[in-house]
Amino acid sequence: MAISNEYIQQKLTEKFGDQVFNFEDTYGMLCFEAPKELNLKVLQYLYDEPSLGFQFLTDLCGVNYPEMANRELAVVYHLHNLVENTRLRFKVFTPVATPDVFTATQLFSSANWMERETYDFFGVNFVGHPNLKRILNVDEMDYFPLRKEYPLEDQTRIDKDDEMFGRG
Amino acid sequence: MSDHNITLAEDAIERKTTTINLGPTHPATHGVFQNIMELDGERVISSDQTVGYIHRAFEKLAERRPLYQITPITDRLNYCSSPINNMGWHLTCEKLLGVQTPKRVDYLRVIIMELARIADHLICNSIVGVDAGAFTGFLYVMQYRELIYEIYEEVCGSRLTTNIGRIGGFERNFTNTAFTKLEKFLKEYPVALGELESLLTRNRIFMERTIGGGPISAERALNYGFTGPNLRAAGVDYDVRVHSPYSSYQDFEFEIPVGKTGDNYDRFLVRNQEMWQSMRIIQQAYNKVQAFKGTDAEVYHADVPEYYLPKKEDVYTKMEALIWHFKIIMGEVDMPKGEVYQSVEGGNGELGFYMISDGGRTPFRLHFRRPCFIYYQAYPELVKDSMLSDAILTMSSLNLIAGELDA
Repeated sequence: MAISNEYIQQKLTEKFGDQVFNFEDTYGMLCFEAPKELNLKVLQYLYDEPSLGFQFLTDLCGVNYPEMANRELAVVYHLHNLVENTRLRFKVFTPVATPDVFTATQLFSSANWMERETYDFFGVNFVGHPNLKRILNVDEMDYFPLRKEYPLEDQTRIDKDDEMFGRG
Repeated sequence: MSDHNITLAEDAIERKTTTINLGPTHPATHGVFQNIMELDGERVISSDQTVGYIHRAFEKLAERRPLYQITPITDRLNYCSSPINNMGWHLTCEKLLGVQTPKRVDYLRVIIMELARIADHLICNSIVGVDAGAFTGFLYVMQYRELIYEIYEEVCGSRLTTNIGRIGGFERNFTNTAFTKLEKFLKEYPVALGELESLLTRNRIFMERTIGGGPISAERALNYGFTGPNLRAAGVDYDVRVHSPYSSYQDFEFEIPVGKTGDNYDRFLVRNQEMWQSMRIIQQAYNKVQAFKGTDAEVYHADVPEYYLPKKEDVYTKMEALIWHFKIIMGEVDMPKGEVYQSVEGGNGELGFYMISDGGRTPFRLHFRRPCFIYYQAYPELVKDSMLSDAILTMSSLNLIAGELDA
């Protein structure tokens, strides 16, 4: 049976104290945050602790929040305990000036390409990654396209009167 | 073969390895995949993959589009089973918006998704046959995929990139023709599937080509993030339809076939079995849909005025409907704030949608968990020390879809 979110939260708080924070229930999935220095320790603990056993990395991706000072980039891990069928979401934030996060490739082989993708699009530097180079974009690219500082062309018409549409 | 009495010169060609460039456009790779392989004779020593040839920046595009405009993007991920991607996307939106779909909609969606799964597996398995030397099966089953495409056509008007369904349900009710075509498919397809199986499953050439090719253990498969038929072929019975049921999958009775060795043959068998299970599900769903009578049989969408387009005749005659029509088309509706992850069992694995909404009109961030992007990285490990021709076979039996891989 599924592990309850409260139990996971309690176990994590026991182990890491106030280093893990911002616990949230998002549509049934537990979501929390830790300092980026601790990402491997937390992942390892979730992997090894027998009553948790989050041993399947479902997804790893980056997010850019340009408004949040010193935590502009986020790396989001979706973990899954296949036996108990419980999922959780774990985030670490890093300043865009020093985007260094430890790699999870030692723990999950699947993290290899997902981290390369995150590097490719957000410029997160995964420390210790065996082959950190661009994957979907061309090697010569010198920017990180999914960052919010590269907006897409505005689709909204310029001849539109914004006041009429509740924007003005 | 023994070669102990042959003395090779130091610079003899037999002592050297060959580097070949397989792809990016090669008829044997069934998609845009490049592999630079180092070969010792015909044996693969190492393989270096390059991906991204058809990268179209879907995640970036999605950040400037209202929800309904993202559906056609999802078509172009795994284009062998677009309806599953569409439904997965609608389910993600519905989860974020808190929309409850009526049972009839769920069952209709199940029918469409399972048809798409059959189309997907059918392509993959018959292509495995082609790469093992049996072209006939592939050409023969195409006419049965055509039956599926005709059903799509009847439901949504298009065949490959379907854009099927809307947030909350379907754009229109299934017509009687659609059900007639479905019945025809249910009647004719099992015969063809049986024929495909009798062509390949116990065929000695096919068995010897595929058994033991590209194997992976359950541990490695899990560590590599395998999902879908490829993981099940390695012996792990993980199926999103059962583990996190969506669209009322809990109302259906079906089995999850599993393999043992995770080799090409097991992957083939698992897919074949899944097609039979999909037939079971479709039959059950069809019976359930037929059980709705009277006005219940007219239900094909939930009531979501903010996202579901009103009827055309209402748009022309009613103020409310006209306003909603305009707001939806122009993407003028604010979404609730939140983070949602929704996954569906795609043709080749767990297809996940991770959407962050900041309360604006377009997603703040949308990430697709594309199953084949994640498991394709295991390819060098799978083909190491195998023959080049088996490496080709392994690639097609992994069911790699370039459109999904490169997003």
